[in-house]
Amino acid sequence: MSVNATPAGAQAAAEAEAPDGRHAAVPEQRSRRGSRAPLSENKRAERRLGLLLCAPAALVMVLVTAYPILYSVWLSLQRFDLRFPDERKFVGLENYVTVLTNDFWWTAFGVTALITVVTVAVELVLGMGLALIMHRTLVGRGIVRTAALIPYGIVTVVAAFSWRYAWTPGTGYLANLFDGSAPLTERASSLAIIMLAEIWKTTPFMALLLMAGLALVPEDLLKAASTDGATAWQRFTKVMLPVMKPAILVALLFRTLDAFRVFDNIFVLTNGGNETSSVSMLAYNNLIRGLNLGIGSTMSVLIFITVAIIAFVFVKLFGTAAPGSDDGERR
Amino acid sequence: MAVETTTRAKVRWGLLDVVVVVFALVPVLWIASLSFKTPATLTDGKFWPREWTLDNYRTIFDTDQFVRALVNSIGIALIATTIAVVLGAMAAYAISRLDFPGKKLLVGVSLLIAMFPQVSLVSPLFEIERQLGLFDTWPGLILPYITFALPLAIYTLSAFFKQIPWDLEKAAKMDGATQAQAFRRVIAPLAAPGVFTTAILVFIFCWNDFLFAITLTSTERSRTVPVALQFFTGESQFEDPTGAICAAAVVITVPIILFVLFFQRRIVSGLTSGAVKG
Repeated sequence: MSVNATPAGAQAAAEAEAPDGRHAAVPEQRSRRGSRAPLSENKRAERRLGLLLCAPAALVMVLVTAYPILYSVWLSLQRFDLRFPDERKFVGLENYVTVLTNDFWWTAFGVTALITVVTVAVELVLGMGLALIMHRTLVGRGIVRTAALIPYGIVTVVAAFSWRYAWTPGTGYLANLFDGSAPLTERASSLAIIMLAEIWKTTPFMALLLMAGLALVPEDLLKAASTDGATAWQRFTKVMLPVMKPAILVALLFRTLDAFRVFDNIFVLTNGGNETSSVSMLAYNNLIRGLNLGIGSTMSVLIFITVAIIAFVFVKLFGTAAPGSDDGERR
Repeated sequence: MAVETTTRAKVRWGLLDVVVVVFALVPVLWIASLSFKTPATLTDGKFWPREWTLDNYRTIFDTDQFVRALVNSIGIALIATTIAVVLGAMAAYAISRLDFPGKKLLVGVSLLIAMFPQVSLVSPLFEIERQLGLFDTWPGLILPYITFALPLAIYTLSAFFKQIPWDLEKAAKMDGATQAQAFRRVIAPLAAPGVFTTAILVFIFCWNDFLFAITLTSTERSRTVPVALQFFTGESQFEDPTGAICAAAVVITVPIILFVLFFQRRIVSGLTSGAVKG
């Protein structure tokens, strides 16, 4: 299977994998490519070992994701509130109508989209800068890389608390710069702080992915461009960017999907107050605070579909440059 | 750009370095600083403590709440890491070495899981785990952690495995070792550094999780530290828990800092090799 498929498509494909495993255990099984001679004893042993080694990982991944997401589709078609378990019944698409006509949902969706777009855009620029610094710096390369890894590694909740206290009037060193106003109690400033926290935490990861692409830029090419009179900016846009394109796309795809899941920072910083909930926060609130499995599952499914669409668009737009396309495994 | 080594260039890079280091460290230093402040100076808004105290640390280690959560965090992360790395290593070995049907499919599925919106699993897993009796237990968290750590493990490990000199394996087989023996005796020791790096990355991932931990637990039995922080109340119900939260936050940051300090190079190579293959 090529990876040029939506998650949903691949999920279906994933389930089709099981029969494969069973066939391979049959000794007479021939190569999938058909026209070849019967497999040698060695070759068959190799295939069997390969499948055996992969089976546990594949099984866990499919069981813990494919089954629940299907179950979630089933739950989303029911009225199912744990506070009123007796009223559980099949209601078709009613939950979807409820959610999609609900202002909270669309507000949360807008917030999530805004956070995703702004943070990913800023991170791309800052991450590129950081990648260049980490790649090129003449002094203290180790120190810079070590420092940059700290935001990546630190527990998001810990960082979120740090930002929360920094902006708490009285306590915080940052809040006091703005004459003791309480930025986390207003919508615009809260969103800005959430984005700041996200950007701080994930820029290093973006930078590391970009740095991997930067390492692929041939030094000779840069020198040649330099000799031909290209300015630093021209070398960057005309030489480095084209070579780095695949790495940039991978970084963008991963960060976009990751940013769309924003939850921890919002939970700690505002707890979703002042209309700062993301879709993840909303789904969480409906499930754990509202105990409404039907609506919670509906949101789960909608988020899943949105993410699938984002991934699909990325892969369609960028085609073979997408991660996991052939060069990935063949090298 | 490549060959300027003038003093001016050095200074310029040096300044950029300083900006990066300061930006990266300030939030960490701030929460550490708060954790050392006395209750009286906690709200003075100063970046550094005027009076230093270890009371906050004493408080949290005296309460069952934090110690229990710490044990949960460590236990769950270690078990999940071990299992994910073992399963991931098996799969990565097969992917990088063996020819078998369904290989591309496996790579594709892991990629999709890496992009999977975890919040979509929250509602169904909540219900499934309640029915299976896994809700609010260690396995209830370990299972999703393994699942979402596996793609990371498989990608990183297969990138590492591809760099191993496999001729040695051939030599071992020539000397009569089976494929399995060749794996155990020859390749495993060579692969150890890659496996170790992967283990660090997976551990960081599990250690970090908040979403699953807050939805799939309900008591101290399996609550991990990031979740327990939300329920901190300080020494008494009415005390401001800020100091205690900061101290606990610092405690769970220490292992991360140690990893980063000692294994910076490995972590960077692990992250970059696993994510982008050129």
